[in-house]
Amino acid sequence: MDKAKELELKKIATEIRKSIIIQTASAGSGHPGGSLSGVEILTYLYFVEMNIDHKNPQDPNRDRFVLSKGHASPLLYAVLAERGFISKDELTGFRQIYSNLQGHPDMKKVPGVEMSTGSLGQGLSVANGMALAAKLDGKDYRVYVLLGDGEIQEGQIWEAAMTAAHYKLDNLTAFLDHNGLQIDGKITEVMSPEPVDEKFKAFGWHVIKIDGHDFNQIEKAVNEAKTIKGKPTIIIAETVKGKGVSFMENEVGWHGTAPNKEQAQKALEELQKQLEMLEVQG
Amino acid sequence: MAKIATREAYGQALAEFGEVYKDIVVLDADLSKSTRTEIFKKKFPDRFFNIGIAEQDLMATAAGLATCGKIPFASTFAVFAAGRAYDQVRNSIGYPHLNVKIGASHAGVSIGEDGASHQMLEDIALMRVIPGMVVLSPSDATSTYECVRLAIEHEGPVYIRLGRLGVEDIYKKGELKLTLGKGIVLQKGTDVGILATGLMVHEAIKAAKMLQDEGISVYLVDMPCIKPIDVDLILDVAKVAGCIVTAEEHNVLGGFGSAVSEVLIQNYPVPVKMVGVNDEFGRSGKPEDVLKFYKLTAEEIINKAKEVMKMKK
Repeated sequence: MDKAKELELKKIATEIRKSIIIQTASAGSGHPGGSLSGVEILTYLYFVEMNIDHKNPQDPNRDRFVLSKGHASPLLYAVLAERGFISKDELTGFRQIYSNLQGHPDMKKVPGVEMSTGSLGQGLSVANGMALAAKLDGKDYRVYVLLGDGEIQEGQIWEAAMTAAHYKLDNLTAFLDHNGLQIDGKITEVMSPEPVDEKFKAFGWHVIKIDGHDFNQIEKAVNEAKTIKGKPTIIIAETVKGKGVSFMENEVGWHGTAPNKEQAQKALEELQKQLEMLEVQG
Repeated sequence: MAKIATREAYGQALAEFGEVYKDIVVLDADLSKSTRTEIFKKKFPDRFFNIGIAEQDLMATAAGLATCGKIPFASTFAVFAAGRAYDQVRNSIGYPHLNVKIGASHAGVSIGEDGASHQMLEDIALMRVIPGMVVLSPSDATSTYECVRLAIEHEGPVYIRLGRLGVEDIYKKGELKLTLGKGIVLQKGTDVGILATGLMVHEAIKAAKMLQDEGISVYLVDMPCIKPIDVDLILDVAKVAGCIVTAEEHNVLGGFGSAVSEVLIQNYPVPVKMVGVNDEFGRSGKPEDVLKFYKLTAEEIINKAKEVMKMKK
């Protein structure tokens, strides 16, 4: 990836981080930690990789993205707003009674949301269904899904992992947002899913491990996945929960707690500084 | 007369409609021989997906297929479809109102020997409280065919309750045309109304004949559509007959009888007696013996009819 492109993506990612803070602070609730950890992954998918068109959100040939960890809705809404699917003005209505931006994404209310999620463990199965449909119809769209590392404690994930491999869904790429934390603490202390790479390998998947905040590594992994035939790919993305906001990084408490006014102010100032530094580089 | 189980009719209907509707895909969870989706699988192997013994994955995979324009029929035993995969049916199918059809076989106690773990007596209650879910419960082969047709023609989630036991034909193919939300009047009468669904329609028909022989005039209705329910017909029965017996192979709590009562109590209250399983789990036995054990019989419908007639004002 050339430097200019990378810089542009970093700026978008920082804007998205600001939006996550604004949304959760406006709502007084929501999940900032796991939204911030997945920012680079979604930024890359929505601004580089995926064939999508906000003017034609139901195009049958579009690529699909399923946010299996539905609590990261502020991240998805921020990306959809940045890509023109929804208005940026809507974002401050997040989680409020008359808004379409539900606490967890609702596909019937928000254009660009491909699946209603929130009950963990179901998104991979849904993505399998989409990938199977593509194969049946001889279409070459690809399906992406973002899983949480705590989420894979749900048994259905492993049912779906079997199905994806059994039906050779090489048009499916899963991302694992491997930030190491869930509501009650470290994933390894609550109920360890490790070693996740060995598990997915054993289930018949092509496994790639990357730094989930590095656009170059994300790009390389997504492109590698497209060359793999006969099996699905999982990109295990090492991430930092709360990434980008100093006092939220790696703090389990920021899983499902919104910043108050002062905290939001502080976070936005930090992010604004990061943005200004990127401007200087550009 | 040859007896055909509604699950068998389901498999046959899928294979038949599969020719016309190319978007139909069928999914099963290792029970295709029992749910009879095997018939579809043999004809359209490319459009059949065995998901293995994984009902949660079955339901959510069907949801994903539906988002891409397919008409998935997710098929397994009722106890797994409505029970084990409830959250997937609720959250991945019901909440986004996806076009998934759930073919739930082996409902009720009449699966017999397998016993309580496999006898589903709560599915009507569970499914009808999911907003937007259509709940169908056919009584014979022809009504099953019609329910599959209604499911295909309806845009949205549909639960079809099917039985394992062979049943006699009530209707002739081609002579029954079901409408979503409408019941079937088998005969009109003025002394007591009998509203039955699924397997119990057969017992209701026998009961009505015996009651007629005693000079009691029965308003007899088959209700294949539990949701949306035929409000107009229920009120007509209430007004004409003045009292009602409901019959279902399901827990009386929250099931078909409850659905009928909800309509009556809010519009035109008349006495109701319910024939069904009285808040119990099932048990093993020959299907006929189990049905008798739980009083899912014509005799019990007659008893309840006589009781409810005394309650008329």
